[in-house]
Amino acid sequence: MNEIIVVIGGGIAGMEAVGTLLSLGHTPILIEAGPKLGGHVASWHKLFPDLSSAGELVSRLQEYMKGANIFLGTRVISLNRLADGYSLKLSNGMVINASAILLTTGFQLFDASRKEEYGYGVYDHVITNSDLEAWLAGRADARVPKNPEHIGFVHCVGSRDIKACNSQCSKVCCATAIKQAIEIKEKFPYARVYCFYMDLRLFGKKYEDFYVNAQRDYGIQFIRGRVSEVGETRDGALQIKAEDTLSGKPLKLRLDLLVLMSGIVRNDSIRELSLMAGLETDSDGFLRSVDNEYSVVESNRPGIFFAGACTGPKTVPETIAEARSAALSAHRYLQRTTIIR
Amino acid sequence: MTDFGFTLSCSSTLDLGKVDNDKFEELCRLEPGAGVCIGCGSCSAVCPSARLSGMSVRKVLLAVRRGRNVREMLQCCMLCGKCTIVCPRGINTRNLILSICKLYDD
Ligand SMILES: Cc1cc2nc3c(=O)[nH]c(=O)nc-3n(C[C@H](O)[C@H](O)[C@H](O)COP(=O)(O)OP(=O)(O)OC[C@H]3O[C@@H](n4cnc5c(N)ncnc54)[C@H](O)[C@@H]3O)c2cc1C
Ligand code: SF4
Repeated sequence: MNEIIVVIGGGIAGMEAVGTLLSLGHTPILIEAGPKLGGHVASWHKLFPDLSSAGELVSRLQEYMKGANIFLGTRVISLNRLADGYSLKLSNGMVINASAILLTTGFQLFDASRKEEYGYGVYDHVITNSDLEAWLAGRADARVPKNPEHIGFVHCVGSRDIKACNSQCSKVCCATAIKQAIEIKEKFPYARVYCFYMDLRLFGKKYEDFYVNAQRDYGIQFIRGRVSEVGETRDGALQIKAEDTLSGKPLKLRLDLLVLMSGIVRNDSIRELSLMAGLETDSDGFLRSVDNEYSVVESNRPGIFFAGACTGPKTVPETIAEARSAALSAHRYLQRTTIIR
Repeated sequence: MTDFGFTLSCSSTLDLGKVDNDKFEELCRLEPGAGVCIGCGSCSAVCPSARLSGMSVRKVLLAVRRGRNVREMLQCCMLCGKCTIVCPRGINTRNLILSICKLYDD
């Protein structure tokens, strides 16, 4: 088995796929555009629902894929179809002839400054879920006050929002909001923490327990209503407006910190790549699988497979499971084509 | 002099940060289930008193959270316990109601 499989994108999906391909006896090549492996998860602090360490997961995957060929800071500049595979030209000048390709290019976080009514980038104490993860992981952030008394979370920022051109649910941010609300309450035990939601979507294993935990043991207040606008008061605090839809009353609240749960949107940087490969885009903007029930890891092109958040919002366990499945599909694809030849 | 023009009525806006949380926090100590309500409304739907009196455990609990005096709202409860049977979060609504009465009566 000396045929080459190229894995594009070194997030957790790419890492798990490379590890699995190695264990099946292949020699995969991993191409990562950024300076390090791990993708988004490498910037997260703890993972729901067990609050395990995100860094440890990335180290574990690094161990699993030891010995693989990795190109960091590298992109695919051109991709051509050959009779029995694909020819890829990389930004470092290399040309690779691959028998199969695995796309694990992940997602992009919704740019919260596009929802102008929330004042991200304008007001001093408005941050995103990703900023808060970085702060929890130890990075200093002047926007987080020393002793906040009131902290708010806004769910569905740039998700389930036709005007933000993303009508889908991002799936992971409800659980992320609960995780972060708990973590920030632990840091500031005297603060009152509020989550403003439209629906709470806590579909995963033990997520509901996590929610009860937040309500009962941490006193997080869940307010059903979408924050309609945010303003800044003269003393630099924030003033938000929403409807308390359960009591049918307009509501205002002064906050010291506001966290926006930015959604998961398609990765725009792979537009060209997918055009060159002849891949299709689904109606939600993400890469289109053969179908969304049975063949999620297969693309419309022979020998090109998908795993992880490049086909839509995914949790960590879903991403890992898909990566294994895609690696196995690529393995079976190569066995089949080898036998035919 | 005759009054004319507009008069201002009091704003109905709830200022959430200024809500007095003491009663609710005390209630959570008496009945830990008070915090886990998800507002599903099944308690109000089965309540035999609801049709005649507007009694609703869901509304009562929300009103406590919003810092309102709810003693009056419980006047028509018969403590039949049907709401305890249907609550999906397993809240002991009977203890909840009795605890609320105690909170506002003392
Ligand atoms: C705030 C937040 C918190 C979260 N917390 C949790 C949690 O606690 N638990 C949980 O289960 N899930 C969580 N998730 C979801 C989790 O982040 C995703 O499941 C995971 O990141 C998906 O991994 P991926 O490898 O598919 O994509 P990514 O993490 O997006 O990785 C993609 C990689 O591909 C690279 N890449 C992209 N384009 C190219 C290209 N053209 N060429 C080369 N390389 C490229 C990128 O640089 C990146 O390294 C969270 C999500 C968010 C937004
Ligand atoms: S997971 Fe929750 S916060 Fe995220 S888009 Fe869906 S409903 Fe909104």
